[in-house]
Amino acid sequence: MQEELKQAIAQNWLILILVFPFLGFLVNGLGALFFPRKYPRSVSNLMACLAIAGSFLVTAFGLWSITQQPAQAYFFQKVFTWISVGDFQVNFGLMFDHLSAVMCLTVTLVGLLIHIYATGYMAHDPGYARFFTYMNLFMFMMLTLVLADNIVLMFVGWEGVGLCSYLLIGFWYEDWEKAKAGLKAFVVNRIGDLGFLLGIFTLFWALGTVDFAGMRSLIESSPFSLSSQAILGIKVATLAGIFLFVGACGKSAQLPLYVWLPDAMAGPTPVSALIHAATMVTAGVYMIGRLSFVYVHSQTALAIVAIVGAATALYAGVIGLTQKDIKRVLAYSTVSQLGYMFLAMGSAAFAAGIFHLFTHAFFKALLFLGAGSVIVAFHHKEQDITRMGGLNKSLPWTYRTVFIAYLAIIGIPPFAGFWSKDEILYRTFASSNQVLGKYGLNFVLWFIGVTAALVTAIYMTRWMILTFWGESRADQDAQHHLQESPNSMIIPLGLLAIGSVLVGFLGVPALFGGYNWFEQFLEPSFAKALPVEPGVSLFGNEKLLQVILLVMSILAAIIGFLISFSVYIEKPGLAARLAERYQALYQLSYNKFYVDEIYDRTIVTPLIKGSYYFLYRFVDMGIIDGLINFSAKINQWIGKALRRIQNGVVQTYLFVFALGIVVILFYVLGHYFNIRVSLLR
Amino acid sequence: MSLILKQILSWIIFVPVIGMFLLLFLEREKVRAIRVVSLLIMVLDFALSVWMYLNFDGSSPDFQFIQRLNWIPGWNIHYQVGIDGISLLLVMLTTLLGPVVILSSWAAVKDRVKEYYIFLLLLQTGMLGAFLSLDMILFYVFWELMLVPMYFLIGIWGGPRRIYAAIKFFLFTMVGSVLMLIAILWLYFYTASFDYVMISNFLSSNQLKEVFQLYLFGAFAIAFAIKVPMFPLHTWLPDAHVEAPTAGSVILAAVLLKMGTYGFLRFAIPFFPNAVAQLGPLFYTLAVIGIIYGALVSMVQEDIKKLVAYSSVSHLGFVILGLFALTVTSMQGALIQMINHGLSTGALFLLVGILYERAHKRQISDFGGIAKVMPVYSAFFLIVALSSIGLPGLNGFVGEFLILVGTYISGNPYSKLAAALAGTGVILAAVYLLWMYQRVFFGPLRKEENKSLKDLNAREIIYLTIILVFIVWIGVHPNTFLQKSEASINQVVSQVAGKRKLADAGRKDRLAGLKNRLPAGGDFSEQGDR
Repeated sequence: MQEELKQAIAQNWLILILVFPFLGFLVNGLGALFFPRKYPRSVSNLMACLAIAGSFLVTAFGLWSITQQPAQAYFFQKVFTWISVGDFQVNFGLMFDHLSAVMCLTVTLVGLLIHIYATGYMAHDPGYARFFTYMNLFMFMMLTLVLADNIVLMFVGWEGVGLCSYLLIGFWYEDWEKAKAGLKAFVVNRIGDLGFLLGIFTLFWALGTVDFAGMRSLIESSPFSLSSQAILGIKVATLAGIFLFVGACGKSAQLPLYVWLPDAMAGPTPVSALIHAATMVTAGVYMIGRLSFVYVHSQTALAIVAIVGAATALYAGVIGLTQKDIKRVLAYSTVSQLGYMFLAMGSAAFAAGIFHLFTHAFFKALLFLGAGSVIVAFHHKEQDITRMGGLNKSLPWTYRTVFIAYLAIIGIPPFAGFWSKDEILYRTFASSNQVLGKYGLNFVLWFIGVTAALVTAIYMTRWMILTFWGESRADQDAQHHLQESPNSMIIPLGLLAIGSVLVGFLGVPALFGGYNWFEQFLEPSFAKALPVEPGVSLFGNEKLLQVILLVMSILAAIIGFLISFSVYIEKPGLAARLAERYQALYQLSYNKFYVDEIYDRTIVTPLIKGSYYFLYRFVDMGIIDGLINFSAKINQWIGKALRRIQNGVVQTYLFVFALGIVVILFYVLGHYFNIRVSLLR
Repeated sequence: MSLILKQILSWIIFVPVIGMFLLLFLEREKVRAIRVVSLLIMVLDFALSVWMYLNFDGSSPDFQFIQRLNWIPGWNIHYQVGIDGISLLLVMLTTLLGPVVILSSWAAVKDRVKEYYIFLLLLQTGMLGAFLSLDMILFYVFWELMLVPMYFLIGIWGGPRRIYAAIKFFLFTMVGSVLMLIAILWLYFYTASFDYVMISNFLSSNQLKEVFQLYLFGAFAIAFAIKVPMFPLHTWLPDAHVEAPTAGSVILAAVLLKMGTYGFLRFAIPFFPNAVAQLGPLFYTLAVIGIIYGALVSMVQEDIKKLVAYSSVSHLGFVILGLFALTVTSMQGALIQMINHGLSTGALFLLVGILYERAHKRQISDFGGIAKVMPVYSAFFLIVALSSIGLPGLNGFVGEFLILVGTYISGNPYSKLAAALAGTGVILAAVYLLWMYQRVFFGPLRKEENKSLKDLNAREIIYLTIILVFIVWIGVHPNTFLQKSEASINQVVSQVAGKRKLADAGRKDRLAGLKNRLPAGGDFSEQGDR
């Protein structure tokens, strides 16, 4: 504990990062609730954007100050003691280290741009104030999650962002489907949250503390605290790691809990960009990074994270191949990209995972906002990409910026996504995780990763072609009204596009003469990760291997592009023929492997029907209440029977009275006689 | 002033009775005056309790403001009242809800107004007396006294099946009460006292034989389990709630049910530690079944009020789990959860009542899309629902989290499984409340008659806001309240655990070992906990 106190520097401005969005939430919230018609739109817009701008500036200041400190230093602020019972102590405390700095920067910067965009996007919606209330509340919760200095407060943010997600998915609550999507998101997230809670309990049981700094110093000074304690024969690090990862699967939409995210596209597009692409859904990745000091003690848990991540990356990509909704393709793409991040975390390449989180925030937010711009151009009436096309002419700026994001996501150098994805694939290949290594799984995972990259290139190219290129397939009326979005929307697109080009350079690996600044910067926040397997090389040359892996991932992107290009541009109609020919496969992908239907039939319906017919009607009303009413009935019968005796006929009373005396006499005499008999013996 | 402070508990108990007498002098047509007087009396009672709260010393586990008078000297029965950290918060909850229920019935109750408020005031006295009694017979008297006004509130101002519900409520409780009375008398013949503190001290220095412990614990436990209510003794609850008028439901959920959990914490658990140790697994099991069962049954209800009623079965399962896990953390959690349930479920019943007052119906399918016409109402409803779901930042989370973490770390071998299973109740709570919320508030506003529903008026906003303040306060800064009860809870835990080896002693040693950085050879497996 002592060592890291020296590096912990108390600051009192950290709370400002949270205060601004909270004020925005309060002002807009009260305005929306109590002056629903009079609250001016301009005030609402301004409050919301200024709040996030404030947080962004404080974050930027913090980032600058932390670079002025020695590498191991971090800032903290204890705001107040939240819960203190017995030996269970939780503070409302904030921690600003290199990891939270990067995450805060991502959240506030992308968040600010999306807020500005949203002032344009929501310009004609009557619920603007309510919208920005929820958005600012989301920012507050997300930043709480990021800045929390202990895992319980992190959980506060974790559930808080889930709430905002629920509210914003169902923002247009009058639409039944949208309200339902919100509920689904909340419930599926809660399933994950139970895992998160059990993870917290396990860590507290094993370590007796919930703050990150305390846990970390305890583990680092006595590693056996994790490795030698076990519950039911499972090592604490493994158990906690798996429990927490269940939470991450919920929040970050991994198999098998990803089902809520595609439906979450029911929310307004800025929400999809901010919450369901750039920030909230990456919370699971961030959490694993934050708890890297736990995860490095369990190769099993890491292996599970990596396997689930890789499987999700490919699986979601395959579904993305056939979707028709402009946002749903992107949603599956997000699930797939999150899979990459978990693949990195599971390979103990924490910095690489966070790096991909960082670059992905830019290009995926940009893709979504671009899609939003298209939706606005169609006046919210059309989202089916098979009925679009040729939008590069009518929406030039949207097209140009989205094109950059497209290059970034399929991994064309030197755009942002290339650097981070390549790093992940290399680190997966070279992972020294023994659990994976035992079965040669790291090679398999790498192969799945490259295949997923190929699939990404295919579906994204398809998306670009169907939306922006070729001839328009929209009806005449819609085509007539197409026009580019206002500046409030285009400027954020442009800024994000610049980000999508530039941010990748922060992590140029040594191979290209860079020094991977990003990884160096984050290093102090992570536990000493497993080293890259030293023997991994080709013909004894590590560089050669890296170059070959890199070429493979570029090739995957190019081949993917060519496939899509030939199917959708060169031979139009081929797509339909292929779908016809491989009907079963096509249907499987188009219907998302029927997972929703399977969950519905095997879990949801039986639970509801069983609860109603078995528990409520049979057990509760039938057995329990039945027994009670039955015993009441018996009492009634006895009462009725006894009432007969009290019939008011004096003769009967006398008769019973006489009978009684006779019985008593017999009894007493008999008793007496018996005693005499026994005495005589 | 200081004289009043010395007798403050008696004032708190009997001020409502004074109010009752005032009402007797008012003409029954002067409805407004009757309401105002009742409100003022309740506010006065709350003010007195706040004054007492501020003078309460949270660092001491002992009873404070004790007042003792001879009552029936021949039987050694006294009028004796006192308060400690356990009863403090429950008393505060009761006095806080006093004005709230008066305000909530302002427009809803139109016939026999005078009798109605008389019963409400009498009920208040009964509940406060039960929480504050330190004499077993006095406790029993107040315990029974509560039944009478509640019986009439349900039976006179209730819904269509009110007679059935009132009798069912009365009989269930009576069965338990009789058993408890026998146990109280048995204890008197064993300890020669009805004085709570003396009995408690006597029992902790003279261990009862295990068999007697089991019988006596059983008698108390059945009485309290019916009141809580624990599965499978819960079926009186949905009927009583559905038929009771709003104020009756609120008090029933918020305070009367707490009599059961309070009884466990005050009498059954500290008196009979060996029985608790032996029957612990049974109570764990029933608590967990109650949590899941209550949630699942709640999920499929069609009547909003019945849904809320069944959710109580689930929420109070958490409280029972926390009490029987016997760690300071879990018991503190259980205590704060009693308050939380009172606030959240109380508020839910108020909200359902508000809707019923306007629409005269309560079936979920009668509504849909009303967020459009009642935005403020929906905002309040959502916040309260979220508090009941246990969203962090609001009160419910603090209680549930402490209960679950305290259970998970307790030495009981079943504890981890129990905590994990109970945790599914947290998921299900989100399902049943938000699913209902969605069907009532979201979607298109199809029904013509719902289009003219009025949003909340100022009176309703005021009393809901009072509850909301505490929902947020406990969520954000629970320490204000937890501090007051910590000493008393510590005492209960040491009293029980001292007898049968401190529940989490194994864990404490193990953690101390970690901090001293013992060599890596030690085996710190689960075994160390038992």
